[in-house]
Amino acid sequence: MLSRTADSLFWLARYMERADDTARIIDATSRLSVMPTMYSGESNEWESALAAAGSLYSFQQTGKTPDRDEVIDFLAFSNDNPSSIKNCLATARHNARAERTALTSDMWEAINTGWLDLKRYDGSHMDRDTLNQFLSRVKEACLRFDGSAHRAMLRNDAYHFLHLGVYLERADSTARILDVKYHLLLPRDAPVGGSLDYFQWASILRSVSSLTAYRWVYHESLKPWLVADLLVLNTQMPRSLASCYDNLTGLLDELSLDYGRQGPSQRAARSIQTRLQNATIDEIFQRPGLHEFLTAFIADNGRLGAAITEQYLT
Amino acid sequence: MAVAAFDEMYLRKGECRRGYEFLQRWLESTDPQLLAHRRAEAELLFRRIGITFAVYGEADAEERIIPFDIIPRVFTTSEWARLSAGLEQRVKALNMFLADVYGDGEILKAGVIPAELVYCNPYFRPEMAGLKQPHGIYIQIAGIDIVRVDDNDFYVLEDNARTPSGVSYMLENREVMMRLFPDLFAFNRIAPVENYPEELLATLNSVAPASAPEEPTVALLTPGPFNSAYYEHSFLADKLGIELVEGRDLLVRDNVVLMRTTEGPKRVDVIYRRLDDDFLDPLTFRPDSILGVPGLMNAYRAGNITLANAVGTGVADDKAVYSYMPEIVRFYLAEEPILKNVPTWRCREPDALKYVLEHLDELVVKEVAGSGGYGMLIGPTADKATIEAFAAKLRDDPDNFIAQPTLALSTSPTFVDSGVAPRHVDLRPFVLAGADKVRIVPGGLTRVALKEGSLVVNSSQGGGTKDTWVLDA
Repeated sequence: MLSRTADSLFWLARYMERADDTARIIDATSRLSVMPTMYSGESNEWESALAAAGSLYSFQQTGKTPDRDEVIDFLAFSNDNPSSIKNCLATARHNARAERTALTSDMWEAINTGWLDLKRYDGSHMDRDTLNQFLSRVKEACLRFDGSAHRAMLRNDAYHFLHLGVYLERADSTARILDVKYHLLLPRDAPVGGSLDYFQWASILRSVSSLTAYRWVYHESLKPWLVADLLVLNTQMPRSLASCYDNLTGLLDELSLDYGRQGPSQRAARSIQTRLQNATIDEIFQRPGLHEFLTAFIADNGRLGAAITEQYLT
Repeated sequence: MAVAAFDEMYLRKGECRRGYEFLQRWLESTDPQLLAHRRAEAELLFRRIGITFAVYGEADAEERIIPFDIIPRVFTTSEWARLSAGLEQRVKALNMFLADVYGDGEILKAGVIPAELVYCNPYFRPEMAGLKQPHGIYIQIAGIDIVRVDDNDFYVLEDNARTPSGVSYMLENREVMMRLFPDLFAFNRIAPVENYPEELLATLNSVAPASAPEEPTVALLTPGPFNSAYYEHSFLADKLGIELVEGRDLLVRDNVVLMRTTEGPKRVDVIYRRLDDDFLDPLTFRPDSILGVPGLMNAYRAGNITLANAVGTGVADDKAVYSYMPEIVRFYLAEEPILKNVPTWRCREPDALKYVLEHLDELVVKEVAGSGGYGMLIGPTADKATIEAFAAKLRDDPDNFIAQPTLALSTSPTFVDSGVAPRHVDLRPFVLAGADKVRIVPGGLTRVALKEGSLVVNSSQGGGTKDTWVLDA
């Protein structure tokens, strides 16, 4: 397969996944922000949303106040934010159009219709109903895209490169969402912050669509270290870092089988996967600490992306 | 301006031509409302397909979808047999002509064609002189524009020998017709065109250079997504199962063309290029081309790559050379041409120029190297000022022009707002010339001038397309 095609597929999937992740962050933040202030805590939720989406720095460059309207506009619609949902879909569509032949017609239609559909929304002062409608449209477009890839694509290298993009982006997003709230996720022995934190944890889980999953896995009320356990180490949980890396190593192994050659990306992915397999959440909290662990993970994840690009996409 | 034209369905009022009977029965027995409904459906289908090639973020993109007429245009088996024999003859002669003018130039030595018409032609590529083209075939893919003016004769309007486009419409039109009117296909034997991609691939495989393996690697070279025919490029690459490459995906190492793949560089043997000569290789042609592949022509000279079509085929579809086609066919094949040429006055000849200047109001005057309807004068519809301005241009540079009579293109029944009415049509069949044989799928792209009386079939000026049916005996 052409390197350019693989590169387009990889980034197409990353941008679709990013659009979906950002929609979920906005959704969760929007819920949290309607809680009475005593539950939503001291910090500015909308600023946290920017940080979770990895867009805090670029927002600060605009000099705007991080209130609801400005943040939603920036994360969902702004042309100045390359990772805004609108730009994600436009970039995904641009890549998809260039690689029409590598996609199934359903996948193309999912992206194209999603893009045409969402172009109609305008970010300024969006009321709650319209916002909800917009966010569910985004999620639907991404679901349709995922579903049509899953149902109809040949399991060949095109499929593998597409999904490398999905899981690399997803791992990055989960790690960032957790990291923004790491100060709330205290280790088991630390004094617990009182009932107001409940809504914060619930909101973390909601932003990765895992609140119900948590209850099924742990049968317990929300405990911060269990939230971290679920999102970092639990391989049943499809958004967890461990699960993303099981998928990434699997996909890279498939590629090395197809091509009969292993390389730096296979080794990098396996080493991160092993680290996740051998860790326990208690150890992570004690040493190096959750924040340090996540920061290192985000950097390693980025290096894996660079290794894949170097090995296959150029 | 109404022209009394040959109608392909009715000889005289009510008298149906052979081959069109079933269509007449169908049109008479079908509720016009159903037709209107089907037309709306067709438009929807095309809009959905069309979005993939026309919309590129522009607001006006929807308007660029070419209208589709749901009434097919029909050829009988014997008509098609004659037409395709003529096409094969013509493309053979064109290929022999190119091999000759880039070789020994026998036809020029024999004085059949003036040498300066070839050697001073802007599309003549001196870089190709003396080079052997694999299997001696220069034009693997030709789109020969055909019109008819009566029951007997087919005229060639243009030989498109560079990078003819439109074949995706032929395939999509058939696809849509089969979805809309499955019964018509069930009850009539209509020759299939769906095998065009296989025929094209077989043709491209057959012309691989001697250095290529048993199963050569073929790629389609496109200028990229901003090109207006990009949809067709990606459509064809997909149907052929070959890579759609841009210049930046290719590199030349040791005179071998390689494409950058996820498994490392991979050798390419045949390039179906949809990129003009000028842009192919910045080291040989335009140095500012970023669409091409530096060193491509070195690989070609080393015999490591076949370019389809070859570089320099433009000299064969030049309009001044066109006027010599009957002589060209006779010279190489010693046969009478089966397809007719439209009578052409070469303005470079003083007598012809005099005649043309005196009859500008009834002639069509074209630039010899022009295409797509640019730089043209249509005498009968032009006003006095336009004609005078054109006459000045003509006197200034007569070598650059040819003139032809205004042809009364045949008409075919077409579903328009007022119902079913005759409209003028032309036809572009696609001819594939391989090392083993010539392949022509029975059909082509029929273009129709939707405006009443109009002779201009170009999509930019109110033209549409139709499916083209060849009846299978």
